[in-house]
Amino acid sequence: MRALTASLVGLCAAWLAFNLVALAYGESPAHLLVILYRGTWGTWYGVGQVIYKATPLILAGLAVSFAMRAGLFNVGVEGQAALSGLGAAATASWLLSAAQNGSHKLHFIAQFAPARWVFILATALTIGCAWAAIPGLLKVRYGAHEVVSTIVMNRIADALMGFALASGLALRGTVRTADVGVHLPRFDALGLSVFRGSAANVALFIALVTVGVVAVVQRRTVVGRELPLVASGPRACVAAGVPIKRRLVQAMLVSGAIASLIPLGAVFGFKGYYELGLGAGAGFTGIAVAILGAGHPLGLVAAAVVLATLEQGGLALNGRVPMEVMDVLKAVVIIVVAWASGALKRTLGSVPPAVAA
Amino acid sequence: MSVSITLTHVIAMAAPYGCAALGGVWSERSGVVNIALEGMLLVSAFASIAGQAATGSAWLGLAAGIGAAGAMGLMHAWLVERAGVADLLSGLGLNLFAMGMTRIGLSALYGSSSNSPSVAGFGLAIEPTVVLGIVAVVVTQWVLRKTVFGLHVRACGEAPNAARSCGVNVTRTRILAVTMGGAIVGIGGAALAFDLRQFQSGMTAGRGFVALALVVVSGWRPGRVAILALVFALLDWLQIAAQEKLGVFGFIVQTLPYVATLVGLAAVRPGRRSFAPKGLGQREDQTDPKLC
Repeated sequence: MRALTASLVGLCAAWLAFNLVALAYGESPAHLLVILYRGTWGTWYGVGQVIYKATPLILAGLAVSFAMRAGLFNVGVEGQAALSGLGAAATASWLLSAAQNGSHKLHFIAQFAPARWVFILATALTIGCAWAAIPGLLKVRYGAHEVVSTIVMNRIADALMGFALASGLALRGTVRTADVGVHLPRFDALGLSVFRGSAANVALFIALVTVGVVAVVQRRTVVGRELPLVASGPRACVAAGVPIKRRLVQAMLVSGAIASLIPLGAVFGFKGYYELGLGAGAGFTGIAVAILGAGHPLGLVAAAVVLATLEQGGLALNGRVPMEVMDVLKAVVIIVVAWASGALKRTLGSVPPAVAA
Repeated sequence: MSVSITLTHVIAMAAPYGCAALGGVWSERSGVVNIALEGMLLVSAFASIAGQAATGSAWLGLAAGIGAAGAMGLMHAWLVERAGVADLLSGLGLNLFAMGMTRIGLSALYGSSSNSPSVAGFGLAIEPTVVLGIVAVVVTQWVLRKTVFGLHVRACGEAPNAARSCGVNVTRTRILAVTMGGAIVGIGGAALAFDLRQFQSGMTAGRGFVALALVVVSGWRPGRVAILALVFALLDWLQIAAQEKLGVFGFIVQTLPYVATLVGLAAVRPGRRSFAPKGLGQREDQTDPKLC
């Protein structure tokens, strides 16, 4: 309830800021709002684009939020997602060539799309987990703060991607991989022809199912139940017999696994290949989603939709006001929501964790 | 290329890292986590170029850069200390804000989405920004170690409750320290911008985040920050030099500075003398740092 009120205050602040920006650019706020509405929720195309943009944000928010339950701030979702996306696309295109080449060792298996999906997902998950595990292990073994190490890991991921693409994964003279061969159907291919032209695809359902699964894991498994305890400090854990180091690493592993699903929608549902910078920024926006969503599954989805609307709206408004205005609005939303939830906590008194969860 | 030119170049490259990390030391020594270093660097780089472009004076540009980053510091400190926003969130928001505002500024002032027009810079044999940066290291060391204000800053960082019980105004001390830190980050931003003689969108390219790591690796000490910034800049310079020769493997060399940072992070064990301020991220009225 408190989170909801805080989010509403945040939205009001964003609305005020939006008006100020509109006036600063000499546009009528009402007119801009009409354009914003038409570009997002006013047309089916707009709705589809918002869905397409919300899909990675839901997953990114979930990844950040899961680690946050253990008190870990995973700023490395960006790098984990990018590397997994490249890995998944490279595996897919490699399997595609195996399927087309009769004499290839894996020819028989690669002919079947479901078998290829298994390999693709396994690659993505492995890379995402591995890349997230490093900061986790550095933290529990050497006490390296995860905010700093995940940021550094992002930079290393950037360089590794450049290396991998330049050394053979990319088509000659480009920064994109070969075609992936398997696709996540778009909505219009499923018979929802109103979405024609928009990139909305079934990755949305992958994201929503993941949200559901994670919600169950958080409530019904030992690991999930013990994470908030880990966050509340080592003394509480020792008292309750929680293996704190193992739980911290597990939290990072799950977070990385979720992060590895982020690029699926863009790579397999929209582009059909991975390209340097595809879907960049989702990991960072995911931090905002996690904060706005306040750890609640529905909250995460709602926050992702709001931020996706801002992103898509920025594109719709571009030309009248710069697209970057939406970055500033996002900043306003984050800070005001953080302020409002803190202020509400102080005035209303804090709710016992069991009730809040 | 002669050795002295290389050395000057490396020092110029070290200035943004060093100044940003020094600002981080000010902020974190007072107990406020500051991940907004990146945003501060970006804003000050923009302000210093815009300042010179508008007034024609590089000195005024430098002042604008320092002022802009100082204002960001003030905003961060105010949000954290007075409005009760978690410091990581405030920093995150300010980074986004800086990214958006500098782009808006570029398009509003120069009608471009990528870069500003070139400015003359200082045109002196020795970059005043670098000199100022070195002065800032010495002054920071002296203020933190030898002055009453520095003692207050460190007390607020180690034990805010204890500091308050001794009559130190924790909120005010932290706001001053973070603002001061912001101003020093501003020197770095100006150094970065004047080195290229123009502002480019997103030109800080993660330097503020590297600075964050340097703060930790240095053990929150100004002298070591300066040395580490030089080491990092040297690795960075080697990386750029090597990239031209190594082709594809240049990308691997590119990771060198970052891998070194990770190793440094892991090597700084808690204990001995290199520990984090104990009250980092702590409010006056709470005992545990909390994320949200």
